Amino acid sequence: MIRRRRGRTAVVAVLLAAGALLVTSALRETLTYYRTPGEVLGDPDATSERVRLGGDVVPGSLRRTGDLLVFRLAEDGHEITVEQRGVPPETFREGEGAVVEGTLSPDRVFRSDHVVVRHGNEYRPSTAPPGSVDAR
Amino acid sequence: MVIPHLDPQAPRGADREIMRASTVDLVADTGRAAAGRRTMAWLAGGLIAAATVAGGWLAPPDEVQGQAQRLMYLHVPAAWVAYAAFAVVLTASGAYLIGGDLRWDRFARAGAEIGAALTAVAIATGSLWGKLVWGAWWAWDPRLVSTVLLLLAYAGYLALRRSLAERTGARDGGDHRVARPAAVVGMASFLLVPVVHFSVVWWRSLHQQATVLAPQRPPIDPRMAVALLLAVAAATLAALCVLLYRVVRLERWLTPDTAPDRVPVRVG
Repeated sequence: MIRRRRGRTAVVAVLLAAGALLVTSALRETLTYYRTPGEVLGDPDATSERVRLGGDVVPGSLRRTGDLLVFRLAEDGHEITVEQRGVPPETFREGEGAVVEGTLSPDRVFRSDHVVVRHGNEYRPSTAPPGSVDAR
Repeated sequence: MVIPHLDPQAPRGADREIMRASTVDLVADTGRAAAGRRTMAWLAGGLIAAATVAGGWLAPPDEVQGQAQRLMYLHVPAAWVAYAAFAVVLTASGAYLIGGDLRWDRFARAGAEIGAALTAVAIATGSLWGKLVWGAWWAWDPRLVSTVLLLLAYAGYLALRRSLAERTGARDGGDHRVARPAAVVGMASFLLVPVVHFSVVWWRSLHQQATVLAPQRPPIDPRMAVALLLAVAAATLAALCVLLYRVVRLERWLTPDTAPDRVPVRVG
């Protein structure tokens, strides 16, 4: 009986350890959901792998040509020009945060095919709907 | 508000009526307790109505997110109750391990059932909100992944209880062979709650940080804040009602007509 219990404990311990290993290795990418422009530019391997790049859309940098969207993402004083193919979400706009997914080209332009909007934790009322009198 | 009196050592029957003249044992199977529970349910209903009006109409839409931001009044209360329910599991499991009273074990079980449901609601509403504002139903983000782990912890806890009950032939909620291992696992699993809550602070995340539970509160429109607080209060009280109702139901199921002084009363 004691031997059986010890065996069972060992099996549970091994399973737990394997699970923890799996979870931590799987979470490594999750724990840094995106990289900043400074990190991507400073990484020599960045051009060879697909990464997520996050930052704020620089006001005034947004241009649309066909379904190609060009803008700059900035954080901590570093900037990367992003060429996004495909339609961004409706909430995407200048000055807001965004995370793009793709690879850095050798010409230092980040080509992405997926963009999500990162919004802050501040909530303000939208400006008055048309028709109502603005008090200001 | 009626303070739920949860002392399991409270004397039964007539003694209790004398000793508890001022407070009501809200999980007792008596007429007074049922009336107290009904009062609480009405209060919760009123709060839900007020929160619906405040969140659905009185609060303005958000400047950036538009009408989609109203999902906050569902998502945040659901997540809050999911946390709070695990706090119930933690305290009830601790109280059971210290005092050995199985009533606390039933509180832990009911808390986990509510928490599992509300975690699922938080994930579902968050997914919809994410689709509307982020542009993605799901992201491999620390907050989202840890919340799914929380759901798995709840499910694992409840599955452990059931499998222990089936193996020993005991009744889930009325047997120490189920209650003791479940209490240990329940208390250990609570560690996930701070991980979920602080995931947006500890790691880089797509999910926004907390607004109300933040040390330096970022700006939020006062009408939105009121709607949010009303919604959180409504969800908390409603969840407390469900908890008490569930514990009463479990006790009725576990003790079929043994106490002579107990008259079955409609659960309210």
